[in-house]
Order: sequence, then structure tokens, then C-alpha cells
Amino acid sequence: MTRPPTPETLAHRPNPATVAAAQSAPVVAAPVATSGAGSLVRSLEALGVEVAFGIPGGAILPAYDPLYDSRVRHILVRHEQGAGHAATGYAQATGRVGVCIATSGPGATNLVTPIADAYMDSVPIVAITGQVPRPAIGTDAFQEADIQGITLPITKHNFLVQSADEIPRVIAEAFHLAATGRPGPVLVDLPKDVLQAQTTFAWPPTLDLPGYRPTMHPHGKQIREAARLIGQARRPVLYVGGGVIKAGATDGLRKLAELTGMPVVTTLMALGAFPDSHRQHLGMPGMHGTVPAVYALQKADLLVTLGARFDDRVTGKLDSFAPDAKVVHADIDPAEIGKNRHADVPIVGDARHVIDELIAAISGTAGGSRSYQAWWNTLNELRERYPLGYDEPTDGTLAPQYVIERIGKLVGPDAIYVAGVGQHQMWASQFITFEKPGTWLNSGGAGTMGYAVPAAMGAKVGKPGASVWAIDGDGCFQMTNQELATCALEGIPIKVAVINNGNLGMVRQWQTLFYQGRYSNTDLGTHKHRIPDFVKLAEALGCVGLRCESMDDVDKTIKAAMEINDAPVVIDFTVGKDAMVWPMVAAGTSNDEIMFARDVRPTFDEDDL
Amino acid sequence: MTKHTLSVLVENKPGVLARVSGLFSRRSFNIDSLAVGETENPDVSRITIVVNAESSPLEQVTKQLNKLVNVLKIVELDPVQSVQRELLLVKVRADRLQRGQVLETVELFRAKVIDVAPDTLTIEATGNPDKLDALLRDLEPYGIKEMVQSGLVAIGRGSRSITTGPALRAA
Repeated sequence: MTRPPTPETLAHRPNPATVAAAQSAPVVAAPVATSGAGSLVRSLEALGVEVAFGIPGGAILPAYDPLYDSRVRHILVRHEQGAGHAATGYAQATGRVGVCIATSGPGATNLVTPIADAYMDSVPIVAITGQVPRPAIGTDAFQEADIQGITLPITKHNFLVQSADEIPRVIAEAFHLAATGRPGPVLVDLPKDVLQAQTTFAWPPTLDLPGYRPTMHPHGKQIREAARLIGQARRPVLYVGGGVIKAGATDGLRKLAELTGMPVVTTLMALGAFPDSHRQHLGMPGMHGTVPAVYALQKADLLVTLGARFDDRVTGKLDSFAPDAKVVHADIDPAEIGKNRHADVPIVGDARHVIDELIAAISGTAGGSRSYQAWWNTLNELRERYPLGYDEPTDGTLAPQYVIERIGKLVGPDAIYVAGVGQHQMWASQFITFEKPGTWLNSGGAGTMGYAVPAAMGAKVGKPGASVWAIDGDGCFQMTNQELATCALEGIPIKVAVINNGNLGMVRQWQTLFYQGRYSNTDLGTHKHRIPDFVKLAEALGCVGLRCESMDDVDKTIKAAMEINDAPVVIDFTVGKDAMVWPMVAAGTSNDEIMFARDVRPTFDEDDL
Repeated sequence: MTKHTLSVLVENKPGVLARVSGLFSRRSFNIDSLAVGETENPDVSRITIVVNAESSPLEQVTKQLNKLVNVLKIVELDPVQSVQRELLLVKVRADRLQRGQVLETVELFRAKVIDVAPDTLTIEATGNPDKLDALLRDLEPYGIKEMVQSGLVAIGRGSRSITTGPALRAA
């Protein structure tokens, strides 16, 4: 049953998304007597963990003693949810496994939201939780929660450690599972008496995962079949998802796109996988995607789907999605293939291998590159007729889209942008130009409000040289801004642009469109009463607080924030409350019903095809 | 809806059954029956699951099961190429007048009487679900006071063992 970790299992791909162990020289540690807690911390060190985000408490307390002397940097957060999202932001920005630590009971349950978030977006994090001592498990002891049971459906795998001797192996397995195959969160629950028990630490341990064999290399026959369909297609589209970024396959993607001349759409999780400025890029598909991207999927005769999962926010009403398209679907997770949409050519494999082999197969065929001229004529015309844009507000308020657009322009494509969830997230996805992978972090699958500030903190810790901008809403910001205290004290100078429209903007937009403007419980009072005052709040949390209320001040304020590098900066951009996100495919309707703006349906000339 | 019998080999570790059964309810797959026990290898348990599914959800079931780290192998057992058995214990009303007829039915189905009381007989029977259904139908008129049934267990016919045969791995 026991297998030694082969190079293949320890390092599936030589990109940063591999286990930390594979990055540094292999660590070998001769057996040494220590406690379970000591073994845990030594294991983290052996795996090359540089930082962990967490909060101590009763059950996890033994682990914090050896952590005190460890070279693992521990960042003391203000709420465990912040630790979880910070680990996620760190992982998304660096490709390495993010680590968060919490105590038992409420400490652990506070991690549930970020774990679910990381699960939906396939982010490699390891959550380490304390548990009550083994004899107390099941007795409703103080601060007891069955966190293994609670996180069963939202982790890739989880462990309840029963013996201190298992710790190095379990920690190594947790990191291996989190980082390889389809990445995801792994939780390790450690009873207090296990942390206190005496044990022997030795490294490396032998992984024992007989049921875990992710398929990295695609089947040659399927690759040839995909290449053949690409060669025959008249209206193909490369439908690119976040898996391409996770696999480090963006260079290959560009080669494949340019080799074939196919149009490219990148989902919300894939922004930055293909340069926004590239002429083959049609933008983002889906509920708030561009008209050309949505149209291209609907009218395509072939979808070449790479590391994407036909999410309902992309497909709209599933049975009317891309009705004429054959589907090539490549994913590292076989369960994604055929889950929502039948795949004519299923390909299981890592996106990097899939793309490399597709390039080889296509280059080998005579009619490799095709111009798809008629297809491009149609799409280019749509691009001209239905560009992304917005109306200037007539009531003299500041347009939120303008603020976000200017941040993108002034801060540039090398910065990391981290969004919360809602209107500001969609505008950021639309009006910032993404050119590089790993520069756009957001909560795509789970849609977790409050993600931005802690995730930006984690990203900045992982990439201290990068400029990290959280684009947040006033609703989201009030859920997790306590981590600004962490940022201020730990020297993590992030920027937070609060797009403050005084409301839960996306919900309000739906109330405008679908509930006859009955604004039930969406006014947060941040405009009317200026409660809280975000500038004062920022200052109270040890940050610089700025406010901008007019178009003339936008550039000035952004530049002022860019000048400050010794403290976190919060900017309260007070913007109008009536701006809406367009285009829009209403929930549950067909992509064919896309609205370019309120009451404006694009007209598609069917003869173009 | 068609029934499929899946034999799932899993690591014999705590919590694995919860992972498997939780997956079914979470993904809204329907289980008809589930039985679990050790195998010839003490490190491996075998779960036999009867699912009611069309072929495409069944593929999803299999793929999602395969994603569980503790799942080692999944094989679908064809009803013709395998032996499928359930165990039934049933307490039937049988006073002096009825007892003879009940015993005749027991005999007919090659079942066994395992407990006797003045007015009841407790019967043990094994067989495939059809046979046990037929037995229950015959016993029903006498009055069934209590019954308990195991999940289905199944094993492939012939000399090949599940550990050496091909696994069910779609796509």
C-alpha cells in the first residue's frame, strides 16, 4: 500500500504550483526527538513554508511554542477568515501553497468560508487546526467542533491526526494533495494531546496515497482528434479557464492561439492568461462578459475548452449554450468533463501538457493555421459595434467605472489587482487591462464578499515587490477590513480602493432590474450618514486614509496613494449609486438574450456567418 | 432509471464511509443500497453500492468517487457476470394453524427458521433482491411483524479477482 514519493508524485510540474518541497533542494533530516508540535513546525520548515497566517488559541497553543523560534514567519491576523483568504491570496499570487492556522471550535469554523472559497476556485492552501484532546473528542468539550466533518464537502481532502508519529507524513501528504492535480484546500486537524505527545521527527516521510493518481499527460488519440477538429472548424473559439494559469501554461496558450488564429475568450478566473491587448482576445464571456465573447461562444462550431468548467455564469441557460458547437474539453479533473456539457473530445491532463501536445499535433498537420476570415469579420464588426463602455452619470456623481479604469491605467499591468465580489469586481474585470497571469485575484466560484482585503494582504506578503491594489466595495470592505490592522503592524503596504456607492450595489442593480426598484435592505448608509467614515476608519487601523469625490481628483488621489509605500492606504472613492454593470445576461436566461445596456439588445446579423 | 451495482475498493480508514455516503447526498445521486465490509486485505474495505441512475449521472458518480483520495478502485458489476446477494431476517405471524404453511414457504425458498416463539417464526433468507421480494410476497398474508434487510453484496463470476481486473474509469 505504501509507495515512496517518486519524482512524478512529488513534482508533477516544474512550475511554482508544485509542492514547496520540490522547489528547494530536498531536505533530509535525521531522526530527532521532539513533541508533535515540534514535528509539525519542523515539517513546515522542511517543506519550505515561508509564511503562515493564523491566530493561536487553546487547542493549537502547543504548536505556537516551537513556531516562536521557527524560520516560518507567522502573521497574526485579526480574524481566522482573514487568515484563510490571506493564504489564498498568497497562493494565487505565488503559485505556492498558502498556509493558515486556527485553533479548535470557532477558530476552525471561522476558516470554513475561505476553505469553501479556495475549493471553488481550486486554490492550493493547507489549513492547520487545533482540536480538543483525543479523549475529549465527541463529548461536546469546550471549543470542540467536528471540523473534519464540517469541511468534508469543501476540501480536496482532510485529516484528523491520531498519533504524533504521523505528523510529518500527513503534513507532506497535505501539501502534495493541495498542490498537485487539480489544486485545492486540505485541512489537517491536530488534537492537542497529539501536539503535546513525544515523537521522533525525520524527513522526508513516505507518502501513503495509493488512491491518488492525477493524470498529467493527455491521451495522444484525443489530442490528434482535437487537432483534427480544429483543422476542420470554421468558427472555433479557445475557451480558456483558470486551469491554464494554475498549470503555468500561458506562454503555450499564446503560441497555440497564434498558431491557429483562433479567437480567445478568458473566464473570470483566467483574466491575465492571455493579454487583453492581444488582437485575438475577445474578452470575458458570461453574465457580464463582452458581447463579442458571448456571441462567439453562442455561434461557435467548435469550443476548445482548456481548464474551464462550463460554470452557469458562463453558459447562461445551459441547454441553449453554444448550440452548434462541438466541444473539445481538456481538464486535469476528469469529473469536470461532461459534468455540465457533453464533450465530443474529452481530454484529461494538465493544461501545459495538453497545450504543448496540441501545438505539436497541429504543427504536424498540413493545414495547421487557418485564417477563419469570415468568422473574424463578424467578430471584429461586433467588437466595433459593442465595445465595453459606460455612460457618464448625469447627476454629477463620480462614475465607478472611470475610477477603476484610471487605477488600471496609472498603476499598470505589473500590479496585482484583488477584487471583492459584486459590481466593483465586474467593473475591475472589464476596465482594467490584464496582460500577465497572476495579476488578477478574485473570488470567482464562491463569490465571497470580504475576500479582497485579506487576499491582497496575502498576495503582498508573497510578492512584496509588486504593487498590490484591492478594488473593494463598501459592502465587502466592511466584512474584513480588520486585517488592515494586521497590514499596518506587519509592514504589508497594500492599497485599498473602496468603490463606495453607499449600497450593496449588485443586489441593488438586481432590485432595479427585477424587483421594480424596491430597494429592500441594500442601502448601507455609508453615503447618507457616512457611517463608517472610511478615512477615519483607515486612520484608526494605522493606514493612510484618502477620499476622492470628483472626477478631477481621481488621478491625483491615485498618484498620492502610489507615493505611499510605508503604510497601507485606503481610498474612499465616493461614487454614484445608480451605475450598473453591462453587458448582462440575466440569471437563468440564454446567452442569446444578452443585453448590451438597459433595454438595448445587440442585433446580430445572421447572414454574416 | 436503471440500477447499477458498483464495487468500490477503499482504504480501510476511519471516516471513509462518511466521505462516500456524503458525496452521494451532496451531488444528489440516489443510493438504493449500500453495504461495507473488510476484504481479504485488511487495509482495504469494499463498499457495494446500488445506484439508480441514467448512464450519464452514473459517469459523474464514478468520476466523483474516483476523486476521493481514499477510493482505490471502482468496478461496475454486471448482474449476469456476477453473483448478487442480500440477507433478510423476517419475523412472521405463525400460530399453530398457519405454521405448517409458513414452513412450506420457507422450504420452497431454501430459507431457514432461526427463532421460534408461540405465535411467530423468525426466518433468515439470502438471495438476490428478486428472490427476497418473492419470499416477502408469499409471507405477507400471514402478517409480517418485523423485518430487516442488509445491503446488497456482489462478487464477479469466474476466477478473476476485482483487484486484478480493469477499473471503471470513464473519460
